[in-house]
Amino acid sequence: MNPTRLSRIMMALILALFVLGFIFPNPHPHFWWQKIPAFDIFFGFLGSILLIVFAKWLGHNWLLKDKDYYNHD
Amino acid sequence: MINLPPAFIYIIGALLIPLVRVRRLQQAIALLIPILAMITLWQMPQGVYWQMRFLDYDLILGRVDKLSLLFAYIFVIISFIGMLYAIHIKEMGQHVAAYLYVGSTLGVVFAGDLFSLFFFWEIMAAASVFLIWYNKTEASLKAGFRYALVHLFGGAILLGGIVMQVSNTGSILFNPFDLSTLAAKFILFGFLINAAVPPLHAWLPDAYPEGTITGSVFMTAFTTKSAVYVLARSFAGTEILIWLGAIMALYGVIYAVIEKDIRRLLSYHIVSQVGYMVCAVGIGTEMALNGAGAHAFCHILYKAVLFMGMGAVIQMTGRRNILDLKGRHLYKKMPLTLGLYMVGAFSISAVPLFNGFVSKTMIVAAAGSSHLPIIEIMLHLASVGTFLSVGLKLPWGVWFGKPDGSEDEIAEAKEPPLNMQLGMGIGALLCIITGIFPETLYKLLPYKVEFHPYTPNHIVASLQLLVLTLAGFWIYRDKLMAGEKSISLDTDWFYRVFGRAVLNFCLYPLNRFRDLVQSAFVSRTRTIASLSKHPYALLELFWYTLSGERKTMAELLQRPYDEKDYRLPVGIGVCASLIFLFIYALVYMRVAS
Repeated sequence: MNPTRLSRIMMALILALFVLGFIFPNPHPHFWWQKIPAFDIFFGFLGSILLIVFAKWLGHNWLLKDKDYYNHD
Repeated sequence: MINLPPAFIYIIGALLIPLVRVRRLQQAIALLIPILAMITLWQMPQGVYWQMRFLDYDLILGRVDKLSLLFAYIFVIISFIGMLYAIHIKEMGQHVAAYLYVGSTLGVVFAGDLFSLFFFWEIMAAASVFLIWYNKTEASLKAGFRYALVHLFGGAILLGGIVMQVSNTGSILFNPFDLSTLAAKFILFGFLINAAVPPLHAWLPDAYPEGTITGSVFMTAFTTKSAVYVLARSFAGTEILIWLGAIMALYGVIYAVIEKDIRRLLSYHIVSQVGYMVCAVGIGTEMALNGAGAHAFCHILYKAVLFMGMGAVIQMTGRRNILDLKGRHLYKKMPLTLGLYMVGAFSISAVPLFNGFVSKTMIVAAAGSSHLPIIEIMLHLASVGTFLSVGLKLPWGVWFGKPDGSEDEIAEAKEPPLNMQLGMGIGALLCIITGIFPETLYKLLPYKVEFHPYTPNHIVASLQLLVLTLAGFWIYRDKLMAGEKSISLDTDWFYRVFGRAVLNFCLYPLNRFRDLVQSAFVSRTRTIASLSKHPYALLELFWYTLSGERKTMAELLQRPYDEKDYRLPVGIGVCASLIFLFIYALVYMRVAS
């Protein structure tokens, strides 16, 4: 499948979910963000990017070491 | 049918397996044991039984209620699946270790008193370490030792807590603890080590990737989930667990994003998923405890499927790192394994119709109805990370991935043996069944369930979260696959680097100091010893000092003692005794008169 078509399908899917978010709002919201329709669209997108960028940054600057790190005497 | 605690069915069975010499019969017994245990479980009434007198205490081997039965059911189910996956292995010791491990876990689940709890707890650690060592690599040997040391340390802390508890209360019953006592704090600490709660978790991602292909499948199920069970049993509603659990859920997720070793990545997601359960135990409401139990049940199933799938990849390709697998089009060679793995991946990611959806949502909803906004957001974010790493990054890297021209061909790869496929297949099937028919699971839960996972809003919200996570992944997919082979630092650094520093301190400076002290003492002792052979030397030294001649003690001691040098004429002795008698007589007469 060519990439343009794939991204079009993806866009259509996101749009459909966005509309569905308005049709089925949360019936028992506990917190203010649960009252926002289609909140999870933003949360999923920003959350995944935040996790990737933060973890990569942390790994690059601190956590990831050479694979022989513990074998040095 | 048989009136024997399920723990002993496994333990006796484990000891029976090596006695049988026919291989087919061994395999039959190995697969029959879980079936026998399941039949026993069905017939076990609720209540407290199998009591034994030990010293002055009553041991309880059968505290049977809905909570213990729930965990026992899933432990027995997964032991069957795990054994089916491992049945081609000829080395019987692996099966023995696995069943001692399963049996002792069931012992923990049904233990009604602290002594038998501790007894089975320790067997669990001792048996499972062999599932790491049987991998027979240098890395597994070392990781196994670290694993054993951590669990022995945890066991010692637990024992300390139990001894304090028993001496404070006089009772060995295993019931909810009062966290204000020191005893309860020790016991909680011991439990938290097995639950792999950061910073006490590093043994898990350290050891599980080094275990055998089949042994690690067992390990993913028992140690951490039995810890969740004992926490639910005795520390439900403990507030600190809410926070520890939520931090744990995110901690594992963040490490998984940067991890490239496929089983180590999955191990970090055990930490993350157990975080949901620990958090739910901390919330402690009926809904939350149901959620913890349900999620443990589902987690054991899908995590076994995930580990079996990745185990199959490692076994068939000999590679364990995404960097060695990506871009090799493995999906053409192992499509069935990919499909079954994806069932596990969709389950852990809480995709509707898969079992994670019916249990994880319950915990997140419990956090909502207990009005814990930050916790709810943290768990929600951990869900995003779960799909990102286990549902997208891992399968993409292992089976697909864009080739960059540097790849070598994996010629030898094909689907794993039939028994391994069957093990994965049954696991995946159960993930789907409990996902589509959640009532089958819900009716096993400790409390009445008033939760409906399949509402339109739940489904739409989940799909929004998942699809947009996919979008985020797609943007960064090449970045996630890039990098060098490396290791990630975790809290095991403290006992690996700091521990080595302590060891080096003992070996060099401390040892040198010991040498110094020892040689000083030895030379003094030697002087005293030779002096005792030649005491006159001391007098001689005194004499020479008085007369101004410089001689050292060592010089004087060099000349061996010869009695002839010091023998005095007899007359001097007689004279001395006469003088003594004379003085004695004088004193006597003086006193007497």
